[in-house]
Amino acid sequence: MTSTLHVPTPQEITEPAIAGKTETMVLNMGPHHPSTHGVLRLVLELDGEVVVNVAPDVGYLHTGIEKTMESKTYQKAVVLTDRMDYLAPLSNNLCYALAVEKLLGVEIPERVQVIRVLLVELQRIASHLVWLGTHALDLAAMSVFLYAFREREQILDIFELVSGARMMTSYIRIGGLAYDVPADFLPTVDALLRIMPERIDEYESLLTGNPLWLERTVGVGVIDAEAAIAYGLTGANLRASGVPYDVRKAMPYSGYETYDFEIPVGKNGDIYDRYRVRMAEMRQSVKIARQAWERLRALGPGPHMTLDRKVAPPPKSEITHSMESLIHHFKLWTEGFKPPRGDAYVSIESPRGILGCYVVSDGSPRPWRVHFRAPSFINLQALAHMAKGRLVADLVALIASLDPVLGEVDR
Amino acid sequence: MNWLNLLILIIQAFVITLAVTTAFAYLTLFERRLLARFQNRVGPNRAGPGGFLQPLADAVKLFFKEDVVPAAADRPVYLLAPALAVIPAIIIWAVIPFGCLNLNWDYRACFADPQTSNVWNILQIAEINVGVLYLFAVTGIGVYGITLAGWASNNKYSMLGGIRSSAQLISYELALSCAVLGVVMTYSSLSTAQIVYQQGGLWGIVPQFLGFVLFMVASTAEVVRAPFDLVEAEQELVGGYNTEYGSMKFALFFMTEYIKLIAISAIAVTFFFGGWRFPGLQTLGRGMEDLAGPVVASLVVGLVSLGAFLLKLVAFLFVSVWIRASWPRLRYDRLMTLGWKWLLPLGLINLVYTAVTFVIVPDQRLASFILLALSLITLAVAVGFSSVPQPVDNVTYVKDLRQGSVLPPAPAETEESQPAPTSPRQPVSSQG
Repeated sequence: MTSTLHVPTPQEITEPAIAGKTETMVLNMGPHHPSTHGVLRLVLELDGEVVVNVAPDVGYLHTGIEKTMESKTYQKAVVLTDRMDYLAPLSNNLCYALAVEKLLGVEIPERVQVIRVLLVELQRIASHLVWLGTHALDLAAMSVFLYAFREREQILDIFELVSGARMMTSYIRIGGLAYDVPADFLPTVDALLRIMPERIDEYESLLTGNPLWLERTVGVGVIDAEAAIAYGLTGANLRASGVPYDVRKAMPYSGYETYDFEIPVGKNGDIYDRYRVRMAEMRQSVKIARQAWERLRALGPGPHMTLDRKVAPPPKSEITHSMESLIHHFKLWTEGFKPPRGDAYVSIESPRGILGCYVVSDGSPRPWRVHFRAPSFINLQALAHMAKGRLVADLVALIASLDPVLGEVDR
Repeated sequence: MNWLNLLILIIQAFVITLAVTTAFAYLTLFERRLLARFQNRVGPNRAGPGGFLQPLADAVKLFFKEDVVPAAADRPVYLLAPALAVIPAIIIWAVIPFGCLNLNWDYRACFADPQTSNVWNILQIAEINVGVLYLFAVTGIGVYGITLAGWASNNKYSMLGGIRSSAQLISYELALSCAVLGVVMTYSSLSTAQIVYQQGGLWGIVPQFLGFVLFMVASTAEVVRAPFDLVEAEQELVGGYNTEYGSMKFALFFMTEYIKLIAISAIAVTFFFGGWRFPGLQTLGRGMEDLAGPVVASLVVGLVSLGAFLLKLVAFLFVSVWIRASWPRLRYDRLMTLGWKWLLPLGLINLVYTAVTFVIVPDQRLASFILLALSLITLAVAVGFSSVPQPVDNVTYVKDLRQGSVLPPAPAETEESQPAPTSPRQPVSSQG
């Protein structure tokens, strides 16, 4: 199987065409195109409307995030992680924080872990809502988009409530959270979790049984389990092909092993199964978030940061009274903490798949190297495998169903 | 034809063109506001009260846009295409009766056979005896505008849009003709006024239910309206055939599309929903004549019939917007399958039904209901045989990864075995 894996390059398509050796049409789809979800450029080789070959050309949104992180202190680099997968900043924050925490070996209080799980699951719902909306919009079912964004708005309001920012939250910090959650956090989340199941029913009522939707999605863009694993697909894209793999179950982090939830797994690996799996995932996320909500309510107020003073600054009340605390605070914010030499790899289940963070420390306050295993980038490689021989319209549906975020693809 | 008649004709043409373009402008507003309602939004409401001036603002904006012709375009054809598209869309309206008003001020003439009464209905520009043929001739020309626009733009997306449009319009023209042919056979006339007159008893939808369903599908495809709007599928072809058009040339295409949508709805009303007729109109005319004399009665009948026509029209437009708000788009190959393998055979079956039934059953009313029953049965059978995939729920829930796995679970992420750096670089700057 591995020998047949091939991700076409743009040159592979353009060069024979320029040389005039082909009778097919080369079409540049993107980087400016309504349905390439950002600035993805696809070089299509078309025979009429049938896609003969397609080469994704990435790099139009390259921001050098991994490189820039090397010149920031560990804590300050959190801000950059927001900008990778801009539809799931909290997941990125969490992944990076977990990796550095592993390096530091700090203990994270249970309350912080519960809040993290709650927020990350809300983030998963928000991200899937964007996927659902744009996916439907790409197939011209435009109302679903606005319904999905209505609930996403509510989730973003929760993020704004806790962090002050709707998208670039930087809320999950190394060692804990940026601040404690406000008093009205619990009731606001409760209101959302109450309405969410019926709202998901509402989206499904427009799509799940719609003959036109079925026409467009069933049996389109199929990838079998073997090929999906070989291409390194992760997340819902992998699970829709019938492979039950989820990092939350396989290598639990932040106490996921203590939550009661299930992994939805598809069968055919077509667009429709990916759709069903993600819809089921949203329901599971609501379930997890509800459990986390119950725990948070039971735990009551508590710390929002680790008590390890090597990482966490002293509380404000101490700073005003103690010279040492003031100096410590100053040192932490100007110089930063120094993890021991070594490296750490942590992977989490982001809304798009396995998001991995590899941090290498040389003992200085800045990471020597940070690398992210970006699920969007790897999922995108299977595009040609799935799109060959299909129509342009299917390709559009396919891109949407792979759910790439270009910020993460290029980093 | 004397000078007065000519003058009236010019006024008619002028008024109808103006009315249709205005109707187009307000249809865009209607659609946007309605879509907004469907989608939990407010819609354009800033320009004027309730957004009433929004179409004006849009038009002004487009007027002041720079008129760009791409360097690689085939200039004369590129410039001709929008005109070629918009003119047929407007002249469709010549044969559609909007209501009934004559200058003899005789409302009774409205309810008499137009073939024999010979009274000029001024709410219809041209009562010609080949009205239906004229409709198809004119809508057939419309495809040239789009195809030429796609070709002349010299843009790959435009070309794909142009090719799609020619294929789609030609395919659906046939199904559309078949659907309308049923109406023509039912009323044994090609004249629109005559068809409306004969719907005094039963509306055309009863004998031609199958024809109506086919007409709705085929006409939606004919005017490239959602869910058949593949020609300008934004998500696939950016702008489709009008990708390279801007300014007023774009506005003309936009206008074409909407005017055609209104026109096709008007045709549907005329053929299947009794045109301007509705039960009780004649009684109203009689009552008004007793009360206020023939002139007032004629005017009232004229206005009310016009109102009834517009009301039916708006109902159709509403449904069209509703469909657009809720359905995904069809794919190109499925569109062709639907057109050739379903609509056209069903249209032919409908013709057979109509022909046979009217020969066997001489009573028009009885025949109509027999046809209705046949249509419903045929539709049910067709839906039963259609190949639409069933919504199968393939999702299974796995609680423990070791259970129920098809393949051995993917190996855990192997960490990149990058050794810890031996010679770390110097920090960029040192602080603190």
